[in-house]
Amino acid sequence: MQLTVWTYEGPPHIGAMRVATAMTGVHYVLHAPQGDTYADLLFTMIERRDKRPPVTYTTFQARDLGTDTAELFQAALAEAYERFKPQALLVGSSCTAELIQDDPGGLAEALGLPVPVIPLELPAYQKKENWGAAETFYRIVRTLAGPRQGQERPKNERPLANLLGPTALGFRHRDDILEITRLLDSMGIGVNVVAPLGASPADIQRIPDADFNVVLYPEHALSTAQWLERAFKQPYTKTVPIGVTATRAFIAEVAQVAGVSADVTERTRLPWYSRSVDSTYLTGKRVFIFGDATHALAAARVASKELGFQVVGLGTYSREFAREIRAAAAEYGVQPLITDDYLEVESAVRDSNPELVLGTQMERHVAKRLGIPCAVISAPVHVQDFPARYSPQMGFEGANVLFDTWVHPLMMGLEEHLLRMFREDFEFQEAPSHLGAAPQAPKEAPVAREAAAATAQAAAVAVAARPAESSGTAAAPVWLADAEAELRKIPFFVRGKAKRNTERYAAEKGISNITVETLYDAKAHFSR
Amino acid sequence: MSIENAVADAGCQDRQVRHERGQRAVFCGLTSIVWLHRKIQDAFFLVVGSRTCAHLIQSAAGVMIFAEPRFGTAIIEERDLAGLADMNEELDRVVNRLLERRPDIRMLFLVASCPSEVIKLDLDRAAQRLSANFAGSVGIFSYSGSGLDTTFTQGEDTCLASLVPVLPEAGRDAPRSLMVVGTLADVVEDQFARLFRDIGLENVHFFPPRDSQHLPPVGENTRFLLAQPFLTETARTLQRRGARHIPAPFPLGEEGTTGWLQAAARTFGVPDERFEAVVAAPRERARRALSAHKAKLEGKSIFFFPDSQLEVPLARFASRELDMTLAEVGTPYLHRQHLAAELDLLHKDVVICEGQDVERQLDRCRQARPDLTVCGLGLANPLEAEGLATKWSIELLFTPIQGYDQAGDLAELFARPLNRRGRLEV
Ligand code: SF4
Ligand code: SF4
Repeated sequence: MQLTVWTYEGPPHIGAMRVATAMTGVHYVLHAPQGDTYADLLFTMIERRDKRPPVTYTTFQARDLGTDTAELFQAALAEAYERFKPQALLVGSSCTAELIQDDPGGLAEALGLPVPVIPLELPAYQKKENWGAAETFYRIVRTLAGPRQGQERPKNERPLANLLGPTALGFRHRDDILEITRLLDSMGIGVNVVAPLGASPADIQRIPDADFNVVLYPEHALSTAQWLERAFKQPYTKTVPIGVTATRAFIAEVAQVAGVSADVTERTRLPWYSRSVDSTYLTGKRVFIFGDATHALAAARVASKELGFQVVGLGTYSREFAREIRAAAAEYGVQPLITDDYLEVESAVRDSNPELVLGTQMERHVAKRLGIPCAVISAPVHVQDFPARYSPQMGFEGANVLFDTWVHPLMMGLEEHLLRMFREDFEFQEAPSHLGAAPQAPKEAPVAREAAAATAQAAAVAVAARPAESSGTAAAPVWLADAEAELRKIPFFVRGKAKRNTERYAAEKGISNITVETLYDAKAHFSR
Repeated sequence: MSIENAVADAGCQDRQVRHERGQRAVFCGLTSIVWLHRKIQDAFFLVVGSRTCAHLIQSAAGVMIFAEPRFGTAIIEERDLAGLADMNEELDRVVNRLLERRPDIRMLFLVASCPSEVIKLDLDRAAQRLSANFAGSVGIFSYSGSGLDTTFTQGEDTCLASLVPVLPEAGRDAPRSLMVVGTLADVVEDQFARLFRDIGLENVHFFPPRDSQHLPPVGENTRFLLAQPFLTETARTLQRRGARHIPAPFPLGEEGTTGWLQAAARTFGVPDERFEAVVAAPRERARRALSAHKAKLEGKSIFFFPDSQLEVPLARFASRELDMTLAEVGTPYLHRQHLAAELDLLHKDVVICEGQDVERQLDRCRQARPDLTVCGLGLANPLEAEGLATKWSIELLFTPIQGYDQAGDLAELFARPLNRRGRLEV
């Protein structure tokens, strides 16, 4: 049993729904209790789709158990076929139906429907959402394209590729497809089929016509691509083109596979933006990365090599890709975090003390609580991760998007930092925080602050009267009026540091009253 | 699979109730956790279920909650299914870990799900066993929120029913008291408390309480008013402990609120003049608040998909106080007795549909083309895309809608989708 507060992945039948919903002309009949229909809202609300997912649930209840759940399944299947007339049907069980063992595949076969029926066996107590998506996609492609094994591939006028892996509810999949299609087009390569997103069963049957496959999201498409390589000798690409360097590597790989030139105009501002002087402050920013394996690996590379950050944490919930994450973590000199325990990720974020978090919706919550800037790089996603504008992650435009979306929160972070540092300054008093109610200590009321200062002065007098007792750590050093006035003359953007350094110096030297001399002694001390 | 038959019920009115059975688009009772955990502030809800259950409450609660929520899931895994004995040990381990991490928890609910029920994991026994370990510090209870037994709001019913046995005993000579049963927003609760006080009722308790240490007493001198229509089991268990139900409409709108308060007032012998004097001002306020919305809503048609069981009282409010016409009133379950006062107020020709076959219902809705459709979260955007204005029914659970001072807000919830459509030029 695993205790969870939030989960990164739903059950495997949600993965199957992501594939079914992405496609056209398929319908999924899911043996499930009524509550499982909640899944519709993921697509209609989070992704803001304008149609219900193509799923019919049997919605059995307690009174159906043990008597007629199998009949219920068959009736639902027959009715769904009649109503939707799909070109192919998917049938399967959710976790509860798995326990009552009705065998949707066998029940469907007995009905003898006139379209392909693809049974899905998705063990809900072992596997999760991404695995479910990969398995569903693989089953669909195998069933529909499998009969073409042994046929010759047609000679294509120009090289043709399939784009594999995008699903419904994917992180920017919609836009990545467009970007990669354009990129391939600029290399003289056509796109044969994009699947599952946008594909019909008839399209799936055309997959073997392409010369090679582009695996956009290995979590969903790797097993299918591997099978296509075996069955149809279609090679597939290994590089995921996220970031400038990976896009270049992807172009080289594609050029080789397709036998075309790798000469492509790089329409990206990232390299120059990274080199511009304004970006100097990004140097060595500590970044914590967590997400699905594809996006986490890409983020680590872009962060460290293209933006000059320091990776202080790298992890994934995709256990299937643990090996890749471990290798990358070794390269960045951090401990890999392979877990789906949200609480564990939360404490890792806290411990690594980053200045930026690149994560999922869950890490956005963590970061918010800790008052750290954050950008979302991977599913699980929320409605705001389906922006109205074009916003790919892949290719050259994707690199531009990464620069903007990762650097902006940091700039805000810098601003936030200044706000906190100069809270006392009147210019900053009214500035609202972009982090909203961040978890800093509530601002003290001015009155309380004055009272505290008065008490401190009284204490200083008391301490001065008993010099023997003023040993080291006891009371915080107190600023005498002259020194405080002098401090105010220091420009505000270094004042906080000067103040802290002076206090630290005073504490180290056992000085209880800070004078103008102490201030400058400290300055001299720290400027060594 | 649809067994659809319209049955003419024999009763004091010849009301047609259509019974429908087919694919249902309702959430399971786990969803109630989303508001219950905000109401009982020192309670924690631990669902013992599958990854689906965890995903459901996460999705229903929305990644909208920023603080660590007071609910979680103990996800059953492959190896748990191998041996039930180990599963109990596993559950104990999870509960211990949770209570160590959250020492602020005073009340823990183990919530059964479909998988835990199908494999017959006995959570009542587990709760008893764990209660012994944590005696005095944490009360441990169990109830079912499974989709096999409960829809959506019924989880609140099973939750409250699980607490009834531990409510303190009000003895035979305890003074007569009123218990208001059903989760209400704190602000509404306070308004009602003031009204009851002003009409002269002294012993008024609310159930569930805001924290686990203030469970209301119950006994033969307890009379209870239901604040929510879906509390069948809770009502039954309260009656078993001697309490008596006060039949009333539900406190939605000016009329419902008056009927509800008055039912209590009459039960406790409050003179009508006193009652009228106390409620006159808030009633007037409610009417005033309603009039602006009524101007926009009257004559508009409204279609209710079955979801929360609030549908019948809402339909009564919409038709009688806003002059809307009722295209169809779907409800997952129709409790005739608890809804008797509501049904009396509804026009006889209103189509009430109990149960659901979502595809057929969508067909009817498309055909009726109502001005407003009240439905669950999954259906709203697709209907909007077809050009129908919608309102999420779950919003009516989260928003304070009961009582005089919320009558206008309730009307506004119905008016807003139409208002928005009126503004958009795109
Ligand atoms: S319907 Fe059953 S299995 Fe599904 S989420 Fe609800 S309790 Fe869990
Ligand atoms: S319960 Fe009410 S509506 Fe139903 S039959 Fe009886 S009187 Fe008619």
